[in-house]
Amino acid sequence: MELLSNLSLGLETALTLNNLFFCLVGVFLGTAIGVLPGLGPTATIAMLLPITFGLPPVSSLIMLSGIYYGAQYGGSTTAILVNLPGESSSVVTALDGYQMAKQGRAGKALATAAIGSFFAGTVATLLLALFAPPLADIALQFGAAEYFSLMVVGLVASVVLASGSLLQALGMIVLGLLLGMAGTDVNSGLERYTFETPYMAEGINFVILAMGMFGLGEIIKNLEEEHLRSAMVAKVHGLMPNKEDFKRMAWPIIRGTGLGSLLGILPGGGAMLASFASYSIEKKISKTPEQFGKGAIEGVAGPESANNAGAQTSFIPLLTLGIPSNPVMALMIGAMIIQGITPGPAVMTEQPTLFWGIIVSMWIGNLFLVVLNLPLIGIWVKMISVPYHFLYPAILVFCCIGAFSLGNKVFDIYLLAGFGVLGYIFSKLKCEPAPLLLGFILGPMMEEYLRRALLLSRGDVTVLVTRPISATMLAIAIIALIVVFLPSIQKKREEAFHEE
Amino acid sequence: MPKDLRDFWAGLLYLFIGAAALYMAKDYEMGTAVSMGPGYFPIVLSGLLILIGSISLIRSFIVEGEPLEGFAVSKILYVTVSIVAFALVVEGAGFAIAVILVFAISAMGSKFFNWKFTLGIALASSIFCSLLFVKGLGIPLPIFGSWFGM
Repeated sequence: MELLSNLSLGLETALTLNNLFFCLVGVFLGTAIGVLPGLGPTATIAMLLPITFGLPPVSSLIMLSGIYYGAQYGGSTTAILVNLPGESSSVVTALDGYQMAKQGRAGKALATAAIGSFFAGTVATLLLALFAPPLADIALQFGAAEYFSLMVVGLVASVVLASGSLLQALGMIVLGLLLGMAGTDVNSGLERYTFETPYMAEGINFVILAMGMFGLGEIIKNLEEEHLRSAMVAKVHGLMPNKEDFKRMAWPIIRGTGLGSLLGILPGGGAMLASFASYSIEKKISKTPEQFGKGAIEGVAGPESANNAGAQTSFIPLLTLGIPSNPVMALMIGAMIIQGITPGPAVMTEQPTLFWGIIVSMWIGNLFLVVLNLPLIGIWVKMISVPYHFLYPAILVFCCIGAFSLGNKVFDIYLLAGFGVLGYIFSKLKCEPAPLLLGFILGPMMEEYLRRALLLSRGDVTVLVTRPISATMLAIAIIALIVVFLPSIQKKREEAFHEE
Repeated sequence: MPKDLRDFWAGLLYLFIGAAALYMAKDYEMGTAVSMGPGYFPIVLSGLLILIGSISLIRSFIVEGEPLEGFAVSKILYVTVSIVAFALVVEGAGFAIAVILVFAISAMGSKFFNWKFTLGIALASSIFCSLLFVKGLGIPLPIFGSWFGM
């Protein structure tokens, strides 16, 4: 069977000592930073990206994906133990997880999250292995026009699924696209938006943008609402759930996995939407909905499985189409480009070891998380109690070093500071930075595809709507935009993001 | 008076950035449809941004929104000044001093600021980072810079 031979190729790659090591390092670093207060996964990955540039492409991407799902995992640990979700997708985990911890069932909640995540991770990895090849086959037939339209769909979907104002999300996308234009134009050699400084000739580095908008912006916001975290972390004991618990969590985990796998593929806030949706479904079909919010194990099992499955399947559009579905995936695309890999369907046929190695390593990484983290919970609990005011200066130093090391330019450090301020201002104006980052990464690619599409059609713009696949995708994008701007849907959408 | 200050300022910001981008792009060649010039995409995008900014601006006078929270100017300053300070001195005074400066300046932004702790951690981190990043990973920055005649 082709699937088996592919997976064994992946196993060979992922199981080399080197790659196992980087997978482990990634998962460990990710969990550690997910547990530390005040750092989301996007900022984390942006900060750690420069470290991985020296590694071979496979190891670097394995480590980065390890950091990503490690951070997800660490985020749910803090959600359960101190009621502080490390990131938006574990917000709902905190609702029941923290209540469980308060009742002395912290161990069980953590174990439930771990088991659910592992199950979801396994299923999602299999789905990825099953569906990626046929999807990539389809995508291989895409021409420039289809790619351009596909990216439009991706950007529109990120608006639809983003929380916050739709209009501002659109604005952020366009601003991101525009920022992506800065630098030397590949076709004409003209320097655009460089303010005539040689430092800008290569454009803005995506790491600087992400580190500034997400990392520094978050730090300023955290300082604004600074309060001492209670060092009163619930004591963790009795990890193993009993038979009754297993019975109660089984179906929520399966449902959450299904829901998460599906929503994760969609561009936008896949993992986050999945966990919210899973929670409300579990609450709705539960025979004892009154227990939700008071320590219901289903309320931890479902969303945790959903967000992990979503995190995993969000790699599908990345690896098959080269389209990022969330800001972290946008960073992965940037990392791939720096490593000399052109993201897209060709990755699978041209670099099968890379493709299958990453997929198998995700499963191994999930295994690491379960095996390592439950016994190591003591260390994580200690890390949770690290006061933020010791932490953020170190993060700032790390950002400065990271910014400089990208191109050995001091100029980039100033740029970093600038984007930090911009990120903070935008967050105050309810403008989310995620669509901006997506636009920034996709901007140059969209320009190139449009140019090629128009060249091939001899300047006929209608090529975008006369080719059936391209036309379908554009129609989807337009319908999606119209639908979300309908007042009644807009209201529903807001409710969905405020589900509690 | 605008009814939604967040829409108002966001709209103004988009409008300003869009207009600036359009102005800068005026010398970039538009090209023809067959061969898109370097100006085509930026001009279309600036136009779109101006459009979105205008809608946001108009909407801010019609639709009531949540109030705009104040900006924590001092926090912005502590964070950005510490980074700018790093950039200013890192080549002249060197990496070791730059790290200490980031710690000292940014830590003042915290409610729980404490001189003794901060200095201790700053010194320790400075030594640690110098060894790790400059000596170990070979980042091309001097530990002590030219200002010390080194």
